[in-house]
Amino acid sequence: MAANAATEELELIEVGGGGGPRDAGFGRDDGGAPLIPQRIYFTGIWLALAAILMFFMGLTSSFVVRKGLSGDWVAFSFPRILWLNTAVLLASSLTIERARRALLRNELAGFRRWWRITTGLGLGFLAGQVIAWQELAAAGVYIASNPSSSFFYLLTAAHGIHLLGGLGALLWVGGRSASAYVRATPFTAVTVSSIYWHFMDGLWVFLVLLLFLGR
Amino acid sequence: MAAHAHPVVHEAPKGFIRKYIFSTDHKIIGIQYYLLALVSVFIGIILSLLMRLHLIAPTIDLPWFGQMTPEQYLALMTMHGTIMVFFVLTTAPQSGFGNYFLPIQIGAPDMAFPRLNMLSFWVTFAALIVMLAAFFVAGGPGGVAGGAPISGWTAYTPLSAIGPIAGPGLGMGQTLWILSLALFAGASLMGALNFITTTLDLRTKGMSLMRMPLTVWAWFVTAILALLGFAVLLGAGILLLLDRTAGTSFFVPAGLVVTDTQIPHKGGSPLLWQHLFWFFGHPEVYIAILPGMGVTSHILSTFSRKPIFGYRAMVYAIFAIALLGLSVWGHHMFVSGMSPYSALAFSLLTMSIGVPSAIKTFNWIGTLWGGQIRLTTAMLFAIGFVSLFVTGGLSGLFLAQPTVDLPLHDTYFVVGHFHMIMGVAAIFGIFAATYFWFPKMFGRFLNERIGKIHFWITFIGVYAIFMPMHFIGIFGHPRRYADTTAVQFLAQLDPVHTFMTVAAFITGAAQLLFLFNFFWGLWKGEKASDINPWKATSLEWTVPSPPPHDNFQGRFPTVYRGPYEYSVPGAAEDYTPQTAPDTGQPASRH
Amino acid sequence: MTTKQAGVGSGLAAAALAFLLILITFSTIYIFVKRIWWFPEAITPLGADVDAQFVRTLVITGIVFFLAQLGLGFAIVRYRDRGRRAVYSHGNNKLEILWTTATAIMFLGLGIAAERAWARFHFQGASPGALQIEVVGQQFQWNFRYPGPDGVFGRTDPALINDGAGNFLGLDTSDPAAQDDLVVPQLAIPVNREVELILRAKDVTHSFFVRELRFKQDTVPGLTVRVHFTATKTGKYEIACAELCGLGHHRMRSDLFVLPPDEYENWLRQQAETE
Repeated sequence: MAANAATEELELIEVGGGGGPRDAGFGRDDGGAPLIPQRIYFTGIWLALAAILMFFMGLTSSFVVRKGLSGDWVAFSFPRILWLNTAVLLASSLTIERARRALLRNELAGFRRWWRITTGLGLGFLAGQVIAWQELAAAGVYIASNPSSSFFYLLTAAHGIHLLGGLGALLWVGGRSASAYVRATPFTAVTVSSIYWHFMDGLWVFLVLLLFLGR
Repeated sequence: MAAHAHPVVHEAPKGFIRKYIFSTDHKIIGIQYYLLALVSVFIGIILSLLMRLHLIAPTIDLPWFGQMTPEQYLALMTMHGTIMVFFVLTTAPQSGFGNYFLPIQIGAPDMAFPRLNMLSFWVTFAALIVMLAAFFVAGGPGGVAGGAPISGWTAYTPLSAIGPIAGPGLGMGQTLWILSLALFAGASLMGALNFITTTLDLRTKGMSLMRMPLTVWAWFVTAILALLGFAVLLGAGILLLLDRTAGTSFFVPAGLVVTDTQIPHKGGSPLLWQHLFWFFGHPEVYIAILPGMGVTSHILSTFSRKPIFGYRAMVYAIFAIALLGLSVWGHHMFVSGMSPYSALAFSLLTMSIGVPSAIKTFNWIGTLWGGQIRLTTAMLFAIGFVSLFVTGGLSGLFLAQPTVDLPLHDTYFVVGHFHMIMGVAAIFGIFAATYFWFPKMFGRFLNERIGKIHFWITFIGVYAIFMPMHFIGIFGHPRRYADTTAVQFLAQLDPVHTFMTVAAFITGAAQLLFLFNFFWGLWKGEKASDINPWKATSLEWTVPSPPPHDNFQGRFPTVYRGPYEYSVPGAAEDYTPQTAPDTGQPASRH
Repeated sequence: MTTKQAGVGSGLAAAALAFLLILITFSTIYIFVKRIWWFPEAITPLGADVDAQFVRTLVITGIVFFLAQLGLGFAIVRYRDRGRRAVYSHGNNKLEILWTTATAIMFLGLGIAAERAWARFHFQGASPGALQIEVVGQQFQWNFRYPGPDGVFGRTDPALINDGAGNFLGLDTSDPAAQDDLVVPQLAIPVNREVELILRAKDVTHSFFVRELRFKQDTVPGLTVRVHFTATKTGKYEIACAELCGLGHHRMRSDLFVLPPDEYENWLRQQAETE
């Protein structure tokens, strides 16, 4: 089992036929089947995160501009449960890292346990977000009530949808690792999912601070 | 050992649907994008001809549709702009040719994520259907324009944000327009991710970055722009949709009264939409033109039988244009009420784009200089591209200065400028690429004789249509006018409008030659028995025409040199393919 | 050499293309130099500045246009395929540095030269004695409000807007300052006196454009933009809308009258009487 992505890359370049470090190491002189490097999934996820970051930066600058321009910005009472949700999501980042480390040590049972816990925490976070919305709605604060609440619903929903995608990845990887037919758990999928998950976590910390301090 | 690398699937998929409809083969997807653009461009051309006709004969009775109203004109204009910018200029050069040739030119079997590639095409297709659906919904201007919105391709708020009360087509039609662009943005993000990953990770042995053809560089940088720009467009589209449907007030200020009806929104900022839109919209201009620059470089070098002049400078210029292109959106907003202080920064940054653009132009002429120039149809269109790029680029220097923009903004000068550079220059890039790569893609040649007639009419035609627009813009003709009879000083420009309309119809008719040539070439064209008919050096000319399912049949090439080794002294042939091994001859030093 | 490449070095095609490039270049330059379609005469000092900067830009872009198009045409003819092998060269760094520096100096110099006029137009406010007039765009007409003898604009309220009753701006007549406000569909100003326009919009974005003033300014809902100028030539000029505002965009026009001071006072009196 490769220790991490970096050694995996090195290994692959050797497999690929001794290209220099500037080459992708793709293609082989012996005419054998070429290998698609696992690196594409890492490149892909970082690019996806760059696009997601631009998306949220666009919305954040709209938030700042809209708040700065207007005299109609009214603070709403911040649902307390959001802090609990934040704690849950932060915890899930720790558990997903424990799962990944377990897999590194080839402890499949430990991996599966921590992976399931992470998935549960992710679901818990989303449930908590729904409760926060219900709290606000019960207090009569809707999406059109005020720009502050418009941005609250918009940003939490946008983050929630992205997190739901991450949850899908967690469930998919979890399903694969439970399957008897796949002896080795796809390490790349695990690492890529956890990069995404950490990013969603960090993004949420940014958003919750923006919404709390900027409300 | 866990599977950290998996072998490429060799077998081509069986069955018509898997092979040609829901294909994951980048070549099929490239052709699909190209055909989508071809359909779109003819819709776009027909819309523009109807508009040109209305401008010189506002009372004419159209068969089936009757007399065109001003609001129908505006709806056609909106759809013309949107379809051309998104479904033609963004799809054909980047997603069409880029998909087909980027993997081959770097020696890869396919895109990095073939299924994502297929998804991005079909989402683009859905976006086009949703966009065209706007013609068929209620609440629009009717007639030839159906339910299409009238707010222009820029959809400035509040016009686009407050619904049907602001005008016909601004209800359901506008909503479909936004949904379509959101879909398109999503598809473009997937495509961009694929392009960048493929370029970074799937280059064959020896294909270092500085040995990539300039086409690959252009597609790569375009993908970076798309990745950053379309993400923001998606966000802006969601905000606009919420303003229209959920009652939020991001873009709609308080106290609006439209025809005595008070609008309930409050506190939003119309300028916020303009900032978000142009943050995407300006890079979009480069998304349309950069692939054309790449193709032009590629073809000029090939048919001059000469290495590209200043390869590295060309690569750096592409990056400089892209980087500056991301920070100049404010030059669209000099008279918008934006802070006049920020105008100074936006202006100087925009003027700076002139520098890498000039580098590219001079290097193209430098490539021709001392060459052995062969005027194939592809070459003619590439030379036409340079000429149009110079003309359209220079008129940009007027608009980049807030002082000079004061009279010229939102006049026909702007229309002339952007049609020259992001419209027809980009289209010339597409034509050049089509004539050049058609034998590789379909194993048959396009007819060169028809191609040349097509070139001559089109080249003269586009100058005849768009050059006068600069002049009537200086005279003061505002753009987006459905009718030129109300504002009195426009009356004396009538002969110019007539001239441009006639030129537009002739040029439009000449495109039928291309359409005929294209389909005739597909089935009846001269067979391209030679896999390298142009005697070119890059990797696509080392594989059969059309290339097999994984391009290289498992035997991936090793690259030994740069992409433009023409007329190397001492070499037997006047071209040295990238795959030719070193033989002690003076190697290329890029 | 395949059949595809035979005859493509034809001198005729090269000459025709070069001729076309020359034709385009010279006819463009001719039309600019003869000013066949040109700005109307400017009536403000700003207009003179704008025209001067336009001509500077025209000269510099004209030189680049001329060199690039004719260079292209020359290269096509001179280096057409005549059976001689092409020169093997990857470029020339000295030339590269030369034209990079040259264009950078020209283009940035031009950009900096343009900023003086912009600064005078936008960075300095109107002088205290300037005549203030409010300009309000709406679908599809222009409204101009004069503060009246008291020199104060009265209160307005969007809730009071009633186009049918002629209260286009929602003037609140309970405010004493509003009672002498004059709202008219045409703009008249005295010659040689500084005017400050206060631009607003009722519904969607419009743009106030007078060719002879050499500027346009968007009128944006929710935003108040101020511009100032001094017209130095009497006459009647056309006001057009320059930002797409809906189906009647093309007919959203009005007139600007630049009048001698006494005629201006007469005009104001007449308007107040007819109201």
